[in-house]
Amino acid sequence: MASDLAEPVPLVPQPPERVAAPPTPRTFPLTDALDGVGDWAIFSGRAIRGVFTRHLKGRELLHACFDIGYSSLLVVAVTGTFIGMVLAVQTYAQFHTIGLDTSIGAVIHMSVVRELGPVLAAVMLAGRVGTAMAAQLGTMRVTEQIDALACLGVDPVKYLVSPRLLACLLMIPLLTVVADLMGVLGSSVICLKVFGIEPYHYWEHSARFVKRFDLLSGLVKSVVFGGVLCLVCCHRGFHSRAGAEGVGRAATEGFVLSFVAIMFLDFVLAMITNTIHDSFWPPTGARVA
Amino acid sequence: MTEPLIRLRGVSVRFGRQQVLSNVHLDVFAGETMALIGESGCGKSVTLKLIVGLLKPTDGEVFFEGKPVHRLSERELTAMRLRVGFLFQGAALFDSLTVFDNVAFGLRAKGGMAEPDVRVKVRQRLQEVGLPEGAEAKMPAELSGGMRKRVGLARAMALDPDVMLYDEPTTGLDPIMTDVINELILLTRRRTNVTSVVVTHEMRTVQKVADRVVMLYPLSRLSGGEPQVVYDGPAAGLTEAADPRVRQFVLGEARDRLTELGGVYHD
Repeated sequence: MASDLAEPVPLVPQPPERVAAPPTPRTFPLTDALDGVGDWAIFSGRAIRGVFTRHLKGRELLHACFDIGYSSLLVVAVTGTFIGMVLAVQTYAQFHTIGLDTSIGAVIHMSVVRELGPVLAAVMLAGRVGTAMAAQLGTMRVTEQIDALACLGVDPVKYLVSPRLLACLLMIPLLTVVADLMGVLGSSVICLKVFGIEPYHYWEHSARFVKRFDLLSGLVKSVVFGGVLCLVCCHRGFHSRAGAEGVGRAATEGFVLSFVAIMFLDFVLAMITNTIHDSFWPPTGARVA
Repeated sequence: MTEPLIRLRGVSVRFGRQQVLSNVHLDVFAGETMALIGESGCGKSVTLKLIVGLLKPTDGEVFFEGKPVHRLSERELTAMRLRVGFLFQGAALFDSLTVFDNVAFGLRAKGGMAEPDVRVKVRQRLQEVGLPEGAEAKMPAELSGGMRKRVGLARAMALDPDVMLYDEPTTGLDPIMTDVINELILLTRRRTNVTSVVVTHEMRTVQKVADRVVMLYPLSRLSGGEPQVVYDGPAAGLTEAADPRVRQFVLGEARDRLTELGGVYHD
């Protein structure tokens, strides 16, 4: 037996004995994508169930809300202001030529509360908070902290994702209101102070066209965006691959996928809210032939 | 013969295109300390994760006390996991919690214990692994590798498990700390008669703590049909094993593996 060990190392390089690899099941991009969506749906279901079944401590929730809401406030306010200002500049250029200066307020404010406010708050949250969540959870995955939670009898999805989800759902409407307010403020400053539009008609047109339904539909959209971006980013973090590259990829995928999801959902929700609006308040007035 | 506490029956695991385990049969009996050895990538850590249901086998079945782990309900799986302590390779301490809160985590999550009792138990466990009271308030990032492993052990032991799974408990530690961890494994076993599975590369750990040794061989190096378990017996028999692959691993001799370096080595 010892003689086996005493054998010298062969001097001539020989290829190691390789056995043919066992047959691997073929995978297809479409089935992989469907698998991913199915896995995300199960993950989301567990996280949503956790919001109702897990006893969340007030302090824990407050901490998550502070992390998600307060720290995103400034960036949402600043970008909201600039979006409103840019919108004012571009709209004025178009409307001034046809003499509809005073209608600008209605158009801009409608765009801000229905579309830009919710989308902007969601995209900022995805970039500012979603990537951080994906990276945090990804790091926990690769350092086996998520496995350790499971071994200590805790459901990692309920423990880690549900508080973040609840905080996102609570904070994103508030951030949307901030984005809306700052967008309206920014656009109004430009329209009234720079372009010198007459304030009475500017505000009167806005009040006549922008209704509570528009504000409400924007806030409902924002809640959907907030929930989806949180679940997408956390899901990516949970499925992070090993190493710095894996965690970085999880954060990037989290942002990109949630951005695409926000845009897709914005389109779907815009169609739905317009249909609901038109069924309650049918469009009236002159139409361009 | 008594029924094994943990049983793997024809277990295979595949990650995408990579097959890690193939048709593995393994029994762990109550009260024994089994060392699982083998080269990196042969599936030792995967085997541990299969036992606690962190991974699901592609084929085959894992049984804990005769019940198939992957068919347990969520409640049953949680109850089973609470009976198993897992010391992870990098200790897997929760970054955002202090040493005290890490050790107390399982006790608080399980519930049914008043906070003063939790405090007493955590201090007791930390004392058992030789950590001073001053370490309680430290964050994991402030600890050395050996201290992290000891905190991980204290956390795993806090729930008084029936089974302990150690994933490379001494990897990356200095020889003294390696021996400290070995002694802690022995002490834990003497004190509680816990069933243990120790995944390790460290032959001193194997010789010191194991009643029985199982060696897994990487699938990529096996010819078709060969079993992946190449040794199952006492630690004392490792150096006398009939299979040269076992002796080669135990003595740490690269031999034919050097041929894989090809020109680099032979130039």
